[in-house]
Amino acid sequence: MLHIKCPHCGMRSQNEFSYGGDASIKRPELNKEISDEEWDNFVYNRKSLRGKHLELWQHLSGCRQWIKVERDTATHEIFNTYKADEEIF
Amino acid sequence: MQKYSIFNLVKNAFSNHENWDLAWKDPTPKEEYDVVIIGGGGHGLATAYYLAKEHNITKVAIIEKGWIGGGNVGRNTTIIRSNYMHDENALFSEFGMDLWRKMSQDLNYNVMFSPRGIINLAHSDAQMNTYARRGNSMRLNGIDAVLLNREQVKEIIPMADFSENVRFPIFGGLMQPSAGTARHDAVAWGYARQADSMGVDIIQNCEVTGFDVTAGKINGIRTSRGNIKTKKVGLCVAGSTNILAEKLNMTLPIETHLLQACVSEPVKPILDRVVTFGAGHFYISQSDKGEMVMGGDLDGYNSYAQRGNLPTLQHVLTEGIAMMPFLSKLKMLRTWGGIMDMSMDGSPIIDKTHIDGLYLNCGWCYGGFKATPASGWTFAHTIAQDRVHELNAGFSLNRFSTGYLIDEKGLGTKTWIS
Repeated sequence: MLHIKCPHCGMRSQNEFSYGGDASIKRPELNKEISDEEWDNFVYNRKSLRGKHLELWQHLSGCRQWIKVERDTATHEIFNTYKADEEIF
Repeated sequence: MQKYSIFNLVKNAFSNHENWDLAWKDPTPKEEYDVVIIGGGGHGLATAYYLAKEHNITKVAIIEKGWIGGGNVGRNTTIIRSNYMHDENALFSEFGMDLWRKMSQDLNYNVMFSPRGIINLAHSDAQMNTYARRGNSMRLNGIDAVLLNREQVKEIIPMADFSENVRFPIFGGLMQPSAGTARHDAVAWGYARQADSMGVDIIQNCEVTGFDVTAGKINGIRTSRGNIKTKKVGLCVAGSTNILAEKLNMTLPIETHLLQACVSEPVKPILDRVVTFGAGHFYISQSDKGEMVMGGDLDGYNSYAQRGNLPTLQHVLTEGIAMMPFLSKLKMLRTWGGIMDMSMDGSPIIDKTHIDGLYLNCGWCYGGFKATPASGWTFAHTIAQDRVHELNAGFSLNRFSTGYLIDEKGLGTKTWIS
């Protein structure tokens, strides 16, 4: 069982969360010419890294906020969690 | 190569079975090969076998990081079926069913193919309609499908929960009688033994560390046991596809996720079919040893762990107990996990790539094992002829950007949507 620290509610068990995939994906900007390739990269293509992976989770059975989680995809170690709009450097 | 037969069995009995040939050799990598297959799983071994058998290309190496048969070909729940609705999947899988039927003879290795039939249970009128439609599509493609009502299902699997006040009552089911199971390890070993006998080098404990690509053409690979020159490389590495793609600066429409399976303690024969629960994701069959073999959902987040997490197992087994309550009395013998190459539309990719001489075989999601022979056969064709076969033409890499998705069940990486 993963334990995820929700930045709003504190440490909670994985059961309360739902997964939202790669958080590093950016939607192509509006009002701009967008190529098929850009859409392809946004909708389908994923790096799916082994190791550190920044991903979205939603605290569905809690505060219902979307959060970002930095997790190791091989060991499941969670390094850090962030609010959805928090800039990560 | 020594043939496996009753006569050789008797002959070797006189020498206490101490003089059997090794099933495959342990060669050191040569400097150059015509084709290098990365990944010594079922698909890689089958590809090498069909390259040698169908296309007379025998200067082939299989590069495997661990040992052959140690990945998903030894971790699956051994189900073989072709109960697909869309033409691409249906024709491809049905071609594979034919190869499965002949496999034990073809490989001179008993893969214990057991066409015991698969039943997908339906739990509502709407689901019965969907199954009727799928069954009709299957029959149009020459695949056997039988729509069963509640009474007919009850006759076949009386141990399922047919009581009145259950949350998901059984309305009926769709059966493919020719589907079944096979012994997964034997599939890997059988292909390995035959490929080896035709001159394929099976190189184990050898990790691919990089690729030599110049001017859009592949010239060789770098491995932990030295560099290997080659003009053609086939990638058959399932859950590790993204790791190698990164070395090639490719980003693919697949994500790596973890799928768990488990077996109960062995019990006397009770279930002689493969059965799937229609109101969730759970499937079950009974092995020849008597264990109930079960599996279901992904763990739900990107994972390379090769071992599972308990919440998903609990969720999957809850479905199992809802379907067949007697399961709650069994003890769990083993659970394990494998890492899957989940494609974004739930269908596989067997295609050429933008790099000349690099071929891709991935995206097998939940159904890699049953595809082993057809995948190997079509991938070998694609590599040998440098063009896709009509059976895998639909499994193209560019279908995501062109919009020709094969959304069989809408089951890709995003299980939370379905």
